[in-house]
Amino acid sequence: MSTTPPLHLAVALDGTGWHPASWRTPAARPNDLLTAGYWRDLIAEAERGLLDFVTVEDGLGLQSSLLLDPDDRTDQVRGRLDAVLIAARVAPLTRHIGIVPTVVTTHTEPFHLSKALATLDYVSSGRAGLRVQISARPNEAAHFGRRTVERLPDGDYNTPAGQATVSGLFDEAADYVEAVRRLWDSWEDDAEIRDVATGRFIDRDKLHYIDFEGEHFSVKGPSITPRPPQGQPLVTALGHASVPYRLIARSADVGYVTPHDVDQARAVVAEIRQEQAAAGRADDTLHVFGDLVVFVDDEPGAARTRLERLDALAGEAYTSDARIFTGTPAELADLLQELQAGGLTGFRLRPGSVAEDLPAITRGLVPELQRRGAFRTAYEADTLRGHLGLPRPASRYATASA
Amino acid sequence: MSKPLKQIHLAAHFPGVNNTTVWSDPAAGSHIEFRSFVEFAQIAERAKFDFLFLAEGLRLREQGGKIYDLDVVGRPDTFTVLTALAAVTERLGLTGTINSTFNEPYEVARQFASLDHLSDGRAAWNVVTSWDAFTGENFRRGGFLPQEERYSRAKEFLATAHELFDSWRGDEIVADRESGAFLAGAKAGAFEHRGQHFDIQGQFNVPRSPQGRPVIFQAGDSEEGREFAASNADAIFSRYATLKEGQAFYADVKGRLARYGRAHDQLLILPAATFVLGDTEAEAQDAAREVRRLQVSGATAIKHLEFVWNRDLSSYDPDGPLPDVDPDPGEHTVAKGRAQVRMYRDPLAIAREWREKAEANNWSIRDLVIETGNRQSFVGTPETVATEINDLVQGDASDGFILVPHITPGGLAPFADKVVPLLQERGVFRTEYEGTTLRDHLGLHHPDADLGAERVAS
Repeated sequence: MSTTPPLHLAVALDGTGWHPASWRTPAARPNDLLTAGYWRDLIAEAERGLLDFVTVEDGLGLQSSLLLDPDDRTDQVRGRLDAVLIAARVAPLTRHIGIVPTVVTTHTEPFHLSKALATLDYVSSGRAGLRVQISARPNEAAHFGRRTVERLPDGDYNTPAGQATVSGLFDEAADYVEAVRRLWDSWEDDAEIRDVATGRFIDRDKLHYIDFEGEHFSVKGPSITPRPPQGQPLVTALGHASVPYRLIARSADVGYVTPHDVDQARAVVAEIRQEQAAAGRADDTLHVFGDLVVFVDDEPGAARTRLERLDALAGEAYTSDARIFTGTPAELADLLQELQAGGLTGFRLRPGSVAEDLPAITRGLVPELQRRGAFRTAYEADTLRGHLGLPRPASRYATASA
Repeated sequence: MSKPLKQIHLAAHFPGVNNTTVWSDPAAGSHIEFRSFVEFAQIAERAKFDFLFLAEGLRLREQGGKIYDLDVVGRPDTFTVLTALAAVTERLGLTGTINSTFNEPYEVARQFASLDHLSDGRAAWNVVTSWDAFTGENFRRGGFLPQEERYSRAKEFLATAHELFDSWRGDEIVADRESGAFLAGAKAGAFEHRGQHFDIQGQFNVPRSPQGRPVIFQAGDSEEGREFAASNADAIFSRYATLKEGQAFYADVKGRLARYGRAHDQLLILPAATFVLGDTEAEAQDAAREVRRLQVSGATAIKHLEFVWNRDLSSYDPDGPLPDVDPDPGEHTVAKGRAQVRMYRDPLAIAREWREKAEANNWSIRDLVIETGNRQSFVGTPETVATEINDLVQGDASDGFILVPHITPGGLAPFADKVVPLLQERGVFRTEYEGTTLRDHLGLHHPDADLGAERVAS
């Protein structure tokens, strides 16, 4: 038997699935996307599969097939609910699984977001995280009217010119995460004393101004919400190039990357590890997860047929930043283990069609990995940090006041 | 002819960060753990209350340059905890106080529309304004807003949010698998707002929610605030829980409705209220007196005196006489993040009046603060409290009350268990929820009802 450590598994939830025609499959529930029951059912299914966490996609504009602009399409799912609130609605109905909503940093307030995630951590008893995302879309900037974002040259994030343009937004995202993390630490764990003798509810020496000052904003603190159960809820980010890799290396607990083979995985992981060391975080646990779009079916060839049928409905072949997998649970398990050899510690799977591929993950892939000794057979921790082997950190301010 | 009996509306305000909350009571639980919110909400729902209410504060209070530590400190994020409560309740309305200064309409509208979807139509928004640079230090905007622009921004904020809520009409999503049409048209959610405070356009991304728009609350008491409420709000969170003051306020605000073409019953007046119950009248009075002493410790009394004096009074003995030094009448610098400080417009006159009262009654500083502070709105046996509440509502001093217990989270239970059944016996409070949405509970029209029958038919 190999001694590779077990994999971590997350599922990325977005509408009826990542294929734009997924809402048209018979089992899909396109009319339920705005209901609490829909999200409860999905996240309960993911929990049944003992997954580490789910992410919930979000954005500050209508979904679009174009990178930067609205597409005016009527043949795909449009309209969604706030992801933090979906997470809050489902948290009390689940017990173990981590819930990680997407949050746009470009147009929102770090102070609000910090307390929202701290509160999500309270209502989930320590299972909250967030995925930070920038917005370079001019139309989303116009929804706020507070700033303009420079239009990406060539409409591509990943060219050198594109990276230069978005690097300011990523630097702001790093500032944002720093402010949020300081706010989470701004109450020491034992700040609430309820000392009847002196009449003091808190020991105010254990509350701290964060005095964050950055190029785009400053935040005084302390938070209005006491330190959340995990101390620091999980911070995650997706990256496809050096600029976001740096954000992952500097700021995140989990980074999502999109290598298409083991060599790419190895190269990406090496770059992130190097940046991590450069950021002085070499000793911190930083997970690097591979993102894959998956179509999974027990019957050989059936997943491929399903993808082709969806492509036919969509009128075009589905493309993605991530590798697109079609096959059986055993084939997917093989691929995950192969990619894991490149240094990935887990995977975030994007179900092509939630109705089919989420249960295929929880009831097909997971048992297969368990048989191989590569995935947990029961939840062993109560918190999301616990699932991922991350210790609960002390407040950065705690030693200062000792 | 006698009028038909009015139905009373009742709401539960989760005990907050004021000194009304007696955290030192052995029965007091956590103010932040979710289980406290669950317990509180479930007591309110068991008693068929209309809604739960959360206040807001976006910066911890300070006094004398230090974080104020004598009251409860800390609270959860309003949207997040209300949405989580939707998972553990079925009918209870969920009202959040969200200010229009340190937020943007697109984000707040999508949060309220999301809460309304995720609660099946139970969302309400208490629209407040902030003005102070002190709070602004936590936000991108900073303290940019001159005080006189508070209401103009609030009005435009609410109007803009309504444009966003209304940008989806509810018939856009067809999800027709056969034809492949998910949306009926490409411009779902399109909006454009060009105004003094907001210049925004694009497409809103949350489809129409069950209530169309959240129920709108307003809490300001100024002339501008009353006019804002009469033109825009569905309910007012008011301060006047007594008969005379309540009737005057009620008549004044309801009298403004006609000017906006609004019906008398489409704006509810709901004062904040506190209560102490006892098995006998004397027992209740004793308990209420004891609660007031617990609410005002010696240290708290000194701090409250500083609200008026605008000076450090820490060297004074709370059990001794009032300070001989006069208040500093300049700009208030001692207490930060406290709206009530602004109510003491003439500190010198107040100090004079308080000194006279203290001397006449032989009161210490602490006695004075206890005696001049707010008394509980309702003190008595369940029977007398039920009678008093019903008389106030039938006498048009209010349409009901927003009750804030002094103990978190269990302090609501005695009212729920003892007073509510008496109101139900008298036929003035529901015994079961009749509708599913907060608009149903409050008797408010759906915003589309005013658009005519064609909308209802579609």
